[in-house]
Amino acid sequence: MSASASETAPLLRLRDLRMHFPIYEGVVFRREKAVVRAVDGVTLDIHAGETLGLVGESGCGKSTTGRAILRLYEPGVGRRSGEILYEGRDLQALGERELRPLRKDLQIIFQDPYASLNPRMTVGQIIGEPLRVHGLARGKEALDRVAELMELTGLSPQMVRRYPHEFSGGQRQRIGIARALAVSPRFIVCDEPISALDVSIQAQIMNLMEQLQARFDLTYLFIAHDLAAVRHISDRVAVMYLGKLVELADRDAIYQDPQHPYTRALLSAVPIPDPRIERKRQRILLEGDVPSPMRPPSGCRFHTRCPFVEKVCREVEPPLTTLEGGHQVACHVAAEGRLPPPPAGVVAAPPPPPVA
Amino acid sequence: MTDAATPKPAAPDRAAALAEAPVVLSVRDLEVQFRTEDGWLTAIDGLSYDLRRGETLGIVGESGSGKSVTNLAVMRLLPIPPARIPRGKILFHGQDLLELSPEAMRKIRGHKISMIFQDPMSSLNPFLRISKQLAEVLAIHQGITGSEAKARVIEMLARVGIPDAERRYDHYPHQFSGGMRQRVMIAMMLLNTPELLIADEPTTALDVTIQAQILDLLGDLQRQFEMAITLITHDLGVVAGMSDRVIVMYSGKVMESATADDLFALPSHPYTLGLLRSLPRLDQAGTGALYSIPGRPPDLNNRPPGCPFAPRCEFVRAECRTTMPPQVEVSPDHRVACFATDEVRELVATGRHLEVAR
Repeated sequence: MSASASETAPLLRLRDLRMHFPIYEGVVFRREKAVVRAVDGVTLDIHAGETLGLVGESGCGKSTTGRAILRLYEPGVGRRSGEILYEGRDLQALGERELRPLRKDLQIIFQDPYASLNPRMTVGQIIGEPLRVHGLARGKEALDRVAELMELTGLSPQMVRRYPHEFSGGQRQRIGIARALAVSPRFIVCDEPISALDVSIQAQIMNLMEQLQARFDLTYLFIAHDLAAVRHISDRVAVMYLGKLVELADRDAIYQDPQHPYTRALLSAVPIPDPRIERKRQRILLEGDVPSPMRPPSGCRFHTRCPFVEKVCREVEPPLTTLEGGHQVACHVAAEGRLPPPPAGVVAAPPPPPVA
Repeated sequence: MTDAATPKPAAPDRAAALAEAPVVLSVRDLEVQFRTEDGWLTAIDGLSYDLRRGETLGIVGESGSGKSVTNLAVMRLLPIPPARIPRGKILFHGQDLLELSPEAMRKIRGHKISMIFQDPMSSLNPFLRISKQLAEVLAIHQGITGSEAKARVIEMLARVGIPDAERRYDHYPHQFSGGMRQRVMIAMMLLNTPELLIADEPTTALDVTIQAQILDLLGDLQRQFEMAITLITHDLGVVAGMSDRVIVMYSGKVMESATADDLFALPSHPYTLGLLRSLPRLDQAGTGALYSIPGRPPDLNNRPPGCPFAPRCEFVRAECRTTMPPQVEVSPDHRVACFATDEVRELVATGRHLEVAR
């Protein structure tokens, strides 16, 4: 983590990124029935060396955002628009041939390491495959590099000939990390990398990711629904709801002074492992479910569940507005400074003073 | 629209009321084994607990700890064979469930004892309208049918917070969202007003805002019907918010059991302490590396002799590797199976564990 990350030039800029998936009906006369607006106009910068946390509930578009950045969707699947600027070049506009050399800069770690590892390949083949595909190393050199990657990620190089099923969930996630690191990437999309792991293993993997980031100057987009883990690992945090960014700010600003009514409800809902604190907390219980991304509500997409809804919210979509201290929020009421402070106990307590 | 959760009664009042309440379920020295190619594996070894009317017992553990097997045993849903129960009793109002005929057990299951799962689709039939599935519950256990059954079902759906229950009554399970399906399952379970509810990871598949709604609903229903609840989860935050008492399991054994307040304030087993220290906290700006427990839980067919946590334990002593420590009462109602518990308690009491952690 680097304190000055936000002052460095952005490594990656998203400008009005949209990812829509049409749904068709009919066999002979195929026609578009509806469009799932999974990501619907996301604009943000990711700075070199930082960890940007991306949070939100199922269906908010956080994973789709990560995959769209890496262009993991096959051509013809979904409609992508907007810009993905990597060091100033628009990844959207590049052909597959021009994109290939950049692919090794941009990698991904998945939630379920088992589903993303080929069960018929040995660990050595899995970790070595990107080296072969990108023509980075072969023969003895490739074997040495695989051994080095295994050691870096806390795996014994003696296990190089074993198959994925012989490893525990935590070890499989280490294999996934080693594979991502093989091509010396600069940017890694971490898509729920710890949510399938047991509690005692989650801390091991988060620590490993932080060590590797410091050592190789990596930039992370950390996608997760575990808000406590995101607070620990992120420099800045972005909150999504129904395909839109609703809030983006420095980590402590989000957790100590959340500005969007949705962020407040989200934070208030996370249980804290201390019964004495839990008894005093008040939850903001949202009514109902998240509306369908096929028919998002008019105006502000959160207005159907928002306790502070006004007439303008139903009609006009709130833009992402920058408040004091660079805190960005997409809310008419908050942008005008009229949002009442949250009830006591909703927002987590401020951190204890640092130990001298 | 917001609606602050109903405030829970103050801890001392609730604890005092529970101490007077009758014991609904008493598990005594339960052992469960599974037959495998390598012989008999012990999934649960010497589990004992009491659960009183209106009380919530949290059972915490990671994969392979035996926390789910425990409740399948209580429901008599373990496949026998390959499972067997060589010793122990499961007393429900004093009656040993293990001695009941399958017929007698069927009358209790789903009526006096109900269970809700992580995945509601595992107990809802995707091909049947929920009206049919819920009415069936009333027909089987209470002989209620026709328009009376319909009225009862719609009333219960509305009570668990399903909007427009009259119209939704005739929908299929897939027409509901995950949170709403979980509510349908809770409604189905409540139609028989069970005395004991076993909730196995009831909110693990749900988003946090929906989880908050469901936990709030369970708390309200518990107060209303005085249900005893066994809550099985890996989420220590959920346990802290819901439980009166907590059992921490590791590799089939109970490591620690206490009131929720005591367990979180003064964790006395190295495993409990390790879990709590390794959790990033929503309310704290952690810096630097997280504390982490080294290694991983043992495979059940490869359990070390002595304490199963010994290979990962930073308080380990020579005797831990050969002998399983007995349960010791370290304070009233707080039991720990650890030879080094005094050392752990002193570390926590002086707050020194926090310095090492962050």
